[in-house]
Amino acid sequence: MVEVLPETPRTRTVFFDVPGWPGHRAGQHVDVRLTSEDGYQTERSYSIASAPGESRLALTVERLDDGEVSPYLTDELHAGDQIELRGPIGGYFVWDVETGGPLFLVGGGSGIVPLMAMIRHRAALLATAPNSATTLKTRLLYSSRNWDEVIYRDELSRLAEADPTLEVVHTLTRTAPDGWTGFRRRIDRAMLTETAWAVSENPRVFVCGPTPLVESVSGTLVELGHSPALVKTERFGPTGTPG
Amino acid sequence: MNKVSNQSMEHPAVSDRAIDSLRLDGNAAAGLLSEIFASDLTVGRAKCAGCGATRAIGALHVYSHGMGMVVRCPGCDGVVLRVARTATHLWLDARGAVSIVISGQS
Repeated sequence: MVEVLPETPRTRTVFFDVPGWPGHRAGQHVDVRLTSEDGYQTERSYSIASAPGESRLALTVERLDDGEVSPYLTDELHAGDQIELRGPIGGYFVWDVETGGPLFLVGGGSGIVPLMAMIRHRAALLATAPNSATTLKTRLLYSSRNWDEVIYRDELSRLAEADPTLEVVHTLTRTAPDGWTGFRRRIDRAMLTETAWAVSENPRVFVCGPTPLVESVSGTLVELGHSPALVKTERFGPTGTPG
Repeated sequence: MNKVSNQSMEHPAVSDRAIDSLRLDGNAAAGLLSEIFASDLTVGRAKCAGCGATRAIGALHVYSHGMGMVVRCPGCDGVVLRVARTATHLWLDARGAVSIVISGQS
C-alpha cells in the first residue's frame, strides 16, 4: 500500500503498487483477503476505482463500523504495509471501448466506484481519440444521501465541465444544501424516464449500488423497454445502506 | 464499494427481507470460481436445469453464506451452482446447470 486519500467522511481511496499486476478492465473488482495470527481468514470484494493503465491500483472503500475488513483498510493500513489481493476479477460488469455507447450509468452510494473506473477510462480514451465522444456520450445518475457523501464530487464536476458529452445528474435522498435545485428523492421511474437515453439508442446500462436500488432501477429500465442483455448490474451490501 | 463475499458474513440473515437483500450478482462469485476454472466463468452462459433458460453467469443471482455461495437462476430461483469451502477442500455442485458454455468473447 502506498497512499490513502480521504474522499468523504466515510470513504477512503487506498492506492496500491501491485508487482506483476496484469492490468484490469473498467468495472472489475479484487478480493482482499485478511488472515489473522490464528489463521482465521476473511475475504471481501472491492471494486477497482482506477482506470486501466493507471500506474497505481486504487480501491475506494467505505468504512463499515461493524465490518471485518473495511475498518482495517481505511484506518489501520499504513504506507508500506502489504496485503493479499486476488484479481482482477469478473468479466461481466465491465466496459471498454469495444462495448460502445451511449452509456447510462446509475450508482448509489459507493456503487459509484466501478462506474468511476469506466468514466475515468472513457476520459483517458477521449483524450487520445476525441472523435469518438459522440458515440460514447455518457450520463451518470448518482444517488447519495447528502452532498457531503458524494464520492469523487469534485472530479466528476471537473470532468463534466470539460466534456460536453458527459453529464452528471445527482439526486440527494436525505438532506440537500440550501439552494439545491437537483433531484431530492430516491431514484424512481419518473427520474429514469427523464435521465436515461432513449431505448432506440441501445444504451449500455450499468447499475451498481445496494441490492434494493439495483433491483428497482434495473427492473424499471427493463419495463421501460431497455434490453435486459444491455442492463448490467452489480449488487453489493447486505443492507439498504450503501456499503 | 464493499460487497459481502464468501467465507464470512457481517450480518445474520434474520428474515426473508434480509435474505433478499443479501442477493448479489453472479459477478460476485467470480473470485471463488476462479479457484476452480481456468476461464472467467461469469462471462460464460449456463443453462438452468430447472427451467431451461440460458443466461450469462454474471447475470445469475448469488447468495453468499458462511462457507460459500449458492448461485440461483433469476427466472425460476433454481439452484444452478453451489460452491463451498471447507478447511481442506473447495467443493462444487453443478447439477443445476445442464451446460456451461464459455467462448473466447464475452
